[in-house]
Amino acid sequence: MNRYPLWKYLLIIAVTVFGLLFALPNLYPSQPAIQISSASEITPLDNTVLENIKNTLTKKGLATESIETLGPNKVLIRFDTPDNQLAAQEAINESLGKKFNTALNLAPATPKWLRSFNPMNLGLDLRGGVHFLMEVDMKSAIDKSLSRSSEEFRTLLRKNKINYLGVKRVGDHLVIQFKNEELRDKARAELKNQYRNEIDFSDEKVAKGAALKAVLTENNIKNTKRFALQQNITTLRKRVNELGVSEPVIQQQGLDRIVVELPGVQDPTLAKKILGTTATLEFRLVDEGRDAYAAQASGRIPAGDILLKERNGNPVLLKRRVMLTGDYITNANAGFDQNQQPSVNITLDGKGSKLFARATGANVQKLMGVVFIEHKTDITKQEDGTIKKVTKVNKEVINIARIQDQLSKRFQITGLDSPQESHNLALLLRAGALAAPVYIVEERTVGPSLGADNIAAGFKSVIIGFVLVLIFMAIYYRVFGLVANLALTLNLVLIIAILSMLQATLTLPGIAGIVLTVGMAVDANVLIYERIKEELRNGLTPKAAIQSGYEKAFSTIADANITTLIAAIVLYGMGTGPIKGFAITLAIGIVSSMFTAIMGTRAIINLIYGGKKDIKKLSI
Amino acid sequence: MNTKTQKNINFVGMRKPAMIFSILMILASIGSLFVNGLNLGVDFTGGTVIEVGYPEAANVDEIRKSLTAAKYDASVQHFGTAKDVLIRIAPHEGVERSKVGDNVLSILKEANPAVEMRRVEFVGPQIGDELRDDGGTAMLLALAGILIYVTLRFEFRFSVGAIIALVHDVLITVGIFSITRMEFDLTILAAILAIIGYSLNDTIVVFDRVRENFLKLRKVNAVESINTSINQTLSRTIVTSLTTLLVLIALYYFGGKVIHGFSLAMIIGVIVGTYSSIYVASSSLIMMGITREALLPPEKDDDGREEDGSVV
Repeated sequence: MNRYPLWKYLLIIAVTVFGLLFALPNLYPSQPAIQISSASEITPLDNTVLENIKNTLTKKGLATESIETLGPNKVLIRFDTPDNQLAAQEAINESLGKKFNTALNLAPATPKWLRSFNPMNLGLDLRGGVHFLMEVDMKSAIDKSLSRSSEEFRTLLRKNKINYLGVKRVGDHLVIQFKNEELRDKARAELKNQYRNEIDFSDEKVAKGAALKAVLTENNIKNTKRFALQQNITTLRKRVNELGVSEPVIQQQGLDRIVVELPGVQDPTLAKKILGTTATLEFRLVDEGRDAYAAQASGRIPAGDILLKERNGNPVLLKRRVMLTGDYITNANAGFDQNQQPSVNITLDGKGSKLFARATGANVQKLMGVVFIEHKTDITKQEDGTIKKVTKVNKEVINIARIQDQLSKRFQITGLDSPQESHNLALLLRAGALAAPVYIVEERTVGPSLGADNIAAGFKSVIIGFVLVLIFMAIYYRVFGLVANLALTLNLVLIIAILSMLQATLTLPGIAGIVLTVGMAVDANVLIYERIKEELRNGLTPKAAIQSGYEKAFSTIADANITTLIAAIVLYGMGTGPIKGFAITLAIGIVSSMFTAIMGTRAIINLIYGGKKDIKKLSI
Repeated sequence: MNTKTQKNINFVGMRKPAMIFSILMILASIGSLFVNGLNLGVDFTGGTVIEVGYPEAANVDEIRKSLTAAKYDASVQHFGTAKDVLIRIAPHEGVERSKVGDNVLSILKEANPAVEMRRVEFVGPQIGDELRDDGGTAMLLALAGILIYVTLRFEFRFSVGAIIALVHDVLITVGIFSITRMEFDLTILAAILAIIGYSLNDTIVVFDRVRENFLKLRKVNAVESINTSINQTLSRTIVTSLTTLLVLIALYYFGGKVIHGFSLAMIIGVIVGTYSSIYVASSSLIMMGITREALLPPEKDDDGREEDGSVV
């Protein structure tokens, strides 16, 4: 009765081989590496570029471990030390320029035949890096949509020769005013036709004349929000690529949040500045006919103008109408002008160049101001527990210059304080603007030294805890204890193999989960062995006791593990990073321990005791 | 090590003093939660935590002074070693919150360029509230899921018994955190949820045996039957708790400062959970007047009659 069919042995062997194969890559340490990819399809990463890279590195005397092609337009170069890696990145950037992106990377040093199996990813708390949770300011996205609609209404009504008195923003909707009801009805028909599913129009009671109330439909608001989120994710991804981070994570979380994880980034300040800024440019004519100082002193701003300040604090009156916005910029590079002042060279797209050519052509010899716009959001919690968000828009005139000639596709702006600033502005303009401001609601940065400490401590505690349990089991249950120890070892290998297979991210709480599973996984064996002891006391023969012990303990093990599994699933469902890691390892550990502790130990016990005819005593 | 003979300790007989002890512990926990509350970490309150390392022993007073001079309401203390310092900054009005960490680091760097950033955590106020609410929801969901499973597998009174034991364990563990003013952060919440899983595991094993004995030992009354069950599962309960405690102690001493709180919470929870699965869970079954008949599944009526027939 204590024999297992052959297929069960084969299954156990197969699972063991599978486990070892998938777990093995985790034993190899990571190597410093650089990943190079081409920035666009126009410049492929071909053999000539590769030769160029090789020559550059040889010239600098930087030894490489290997150069691998990871796919079209992607190359990985390994180095023996992080110092060489950093020096090489600098050298490659210098020689290749902006057409290629380089990113620092940690590549696993697994031997070639094992490369198709990947080790577990290490979480930010183990390798160092930055984790941001950003919230998209949806109110501004809606605001933007409303002001765009109001602009469109004016154009449409003007085009259809329907006279209106004004379009104004009231709360979360727009009100369009007319002289009489006849005009209003005509406008309503026209507008309704144009914005069938996007905006609802209804009559609004006013003291004089007539008015229409325009409200964005639920659907429209939902779409606007979704678009803002998607657009922001795209922009953030571009900006992260510009920062040169390998394996970044940029993911949507919920309806209005974005998670950004940047492994290996050691300076959160720069990352935060680049990711969080909604900097963009606007070009406006300077109102030269009016006195800006007088307007500032009296607080009365002439109609059609806005009052801004220059960097040195001087007030400037600019025309309300925008000549060009940053939306049309396709490329921007930091550089220096003829006076060696930091500058940004800007390239516009086709539509933008046409618009700008027309606007500047009509205003040659007039002054034009470059406005730098930045959003900053501050969130504070009020006494009563409600959350208050304040978004400040900071507009600054960074440069005023006389339009010498018609400008179009390419031009240069100056007036920046430092090369660092021109570099950042160029980067932001290149990556595109955010559809709505984002602000950081959570940040977790782990320095590289703490990451290294964490991983060392994690490994140490797993090994020590594991060995303690092995010793205890061997002493307490003797031969059966040794069998349980084999199962426990296989369980540990399987957990690591499954985590590697799923490409799960190992975090410190995840290691805690593994350690805890080691402690709890022996529970199944303890249950079985205690039962066997009991059956022996009840007078059963050793063979019958084994059989009955395994059978009777099974339902208890199943009940106990399913309830723990419920807790693990709930933990996972809660959805926060560190707890999720713990829950995954716990759940995997429970399931794999069912296999190793029941089927695995039984197979070995059967091998030891199953063949013998007459057993007098069990070593338990 | 040799357990050839069956132990027979009268656990159920000790249920009165055990109950008084448990009630006192729970009252102390609830009292402390009301009076002291929990020392909630930055995860739940919002704010900024900065861990920095120095090449030699750090001067905490000096750091505190330089931060106070910059108008930061900061708590500064050594963290683990004399070289490491933990700075907590409560959320406050006005400043751009997500920049607090950067500002503090630059102040520290100015005072001593050798300072090394080890960890910065910033949690916005709305996230703190959400995490707290989600944590509560998760706890309730876990309890509800378990209640349903145990009711299906056993009987309603068993699930109430299991929940009483769980609430007992969670309350006392949280209470100890409240009484000692240890920091309660997200990892502690994870530990509490893991304790729910562990303590339940323990309780289910005992209940499983109670059910088996109720159906097997027909002439014996409920109290005796429960006592036998606890004794029969006792060595398993102790061995499993021991192995779990072994790894938790390894985690506590070698796992690093970040999971110190987690492993400590688990150690407390495993000890309380072991106690409760012996004394609390089964006692509550007796208090609810559990009977053998309650466990006989209705569809087994036929089998029952046949058995009766053969006996008569």
